[in-house]
Amino acid sequence: MSIIVSAIGQGLTWGIVGIGLFLTFRILDFPDMTVEGTFPMGAAACVAAIYSGASPLVATLIAFVAGMLAGLVTGLLYTKGKIPVLLAGILVMTAAYSVNLRIMGRANLSLFDKPTMLKNHFLESLPPYFDSVVLGIVVVAIVTALIVYFLQTNLGQAFIATGDNPNMARSLGISTDAMQIMGLGVSNGLIGLGGALVAQNNGFADVNMGIGVIVVALASIIIGEVVFGDLTMNQRLIAVTIGSILYRFVILLVLKMGFNANDLNLISAIVLALFMMFPVLEKRFRIRHTLAKGMTKHD
Amino acid sequence: MTEPIFQLNDIVVTVNQGTPEQINIMDHVNLSVFPGDFITILGSNGAGKSTLFNVIGGNIPVSHGQILLNGRDITSMSVERRTRFLSRVFQDPKMGTAPRMTVAENLLLSEKRGQHRGFGPRHLKAHMDKFKQITSTMNNGLEHRLNTATGKLSGGQRQALSFLMATIKRPEILLLDEHTAALDPQTSQELMTATNDQITRNHLTCLMITHHLDDALKYGNRLIVLDNGKITYDIAGDEKDNLTKEELLGFFSDIEE
Repeated sequence: MSIIVSAIGQGLTWGIVGIGLFLTFRILDFPDMTVEGTFPMGAAACVAAIYSGASPLVATLIAFVAGMLAGLVTGLLYTKGKIPVLLAGILVMTAAYSVNLRIMGRANLSLFDKPTMLKNHFLESLPPYFDSVVLGIVVVAIVTALIVYFLQTNLGQAFIATGDNPNMARSLGISTDAMQIMGLGVSNGLIGLGGALVAQNNGFADVNMGIGVIVVALASIIIGEVVFGDLTMNQRLIAVTIGSILYRFVILLVLKMGFNANDLNLISAIVLALFMMFPVLEKRFRIRHTLAKGMTKHD
Repeated sequence: MTEPIFQLNDIVVTVNQGTPEQINIMDHVNLSVFPGDFITILGSNGAGKSTLFNVIGGNIPVSHGQILLNGRDITSMSVERRTRFLSRVFQDPKMGTAPRMTVAENLLLSEKRGQHRGFGPRHLKAHMDKFKQITSTMNNGLEHRLNTATGKLSGGQRQALSFLMATIKRPEILLLDEHTAALDPQTSQELMTATNDQITRNHLTCLMITHHLDDALKYGNRLIVLDNGKITYDIAGDEKDNLTKEELLGFFSDIEE
């Protein structure tokens, strides 16, 4: 039981990372590699801030700002420096590794005897692992609500239009450069925020914790899409978090089959590849049809 | 004599500068557009029709010359700033609309053309009646598809939407870049009729590129012919009304009928 609760908690926390990536990957149609650097950057900034005496809440917000700044650099390299977005992301991701080491002063930092957002009277009174579920729900709800509101504003509509048809957006006077820089900034800010929460959940920050983040976040997005199909924009945002939780269940199942934590990145990649191939596989093997048949009673 | 709303003064656009392939794709072009002018533009491929629109829109910088709007120099104004007074419909129906956004959302975007877009809510519902009314003027069923993603529309509906988006907020200058060319003849004719209605009814100032001689003769109060980056003919008023297709054909040889 507690292992399932723990998976839900992780799924919620990682849902924020998925929502962050959704802004660039799905709305702007960008393959943004910066996330592999901004996720540990958020963790590093948060832990370093807690070490220097900041409250966990302030430290978490600092993580958002740190991630956002890195995203802004990618945005500037892409829009003003005319570097392809994939390469701009890889450059910032690579540079972030050194920056993260600078921030922490070493390769990892423990939060063992430090305050975190999970260490308060209320959350500690809950049964095991429910603390991360409650915190996850609160943060995901706030983030989702803010993004949903934003996308319905005039600015948010201009942001969506930029991803949908940049030529049209420009012909309507929308500064596509500004929209893309803003999108990369907010997206990476959310990913930094996710990194900060994961670090507080795990009790440490590690300079290598960014490896594979993009695959996990993409898996949340794709699983949500495969499972729920055609949705409105607002529903799709919620589907990302549900996809993130489902992804944790899949991983849990695979670990139960005897794989260990060292195999996680291999498993993540295989899970994502399978879900991304779902439309092709479905055409060939009629998966939905077979599943539906398996669910109905025989006549 | 009214003042011109828009002027091109001695515009030159040079490409491949400093190489043996150096060529002026706009060659000392002068053009004065007056309020209410509906100018049809003809020219063979490579004559400079698209270059002319890209110069007006700010998409390509000019090598020499001056662009004036109501007497004010806008030669170095950015594309985004120019959208405050300028709107444009492209030949390709995919160019002018956002495919994953609905018809209503596209119209709402275009209503704020060239304006500041902030954190205020978009108020889509409050606009629906107005959108229903203006889309019904196109007579192609667009008013029943306001909540449909634009990518699912037919080419004709999508292009009609592009045209509405360009005119929903009155532009000081409207550029139509062969906007009916990608459609079948019947749909093309319907959109052309609707276009002409809107332009004449609202006294819009418009430049329209076309490769149909008939359309060029039938519509507008003024006709210009481009060749090799130069304006070779510029006729207006009665002179244009009395122009015959045979005379027009004599202006140039290699344009399709």
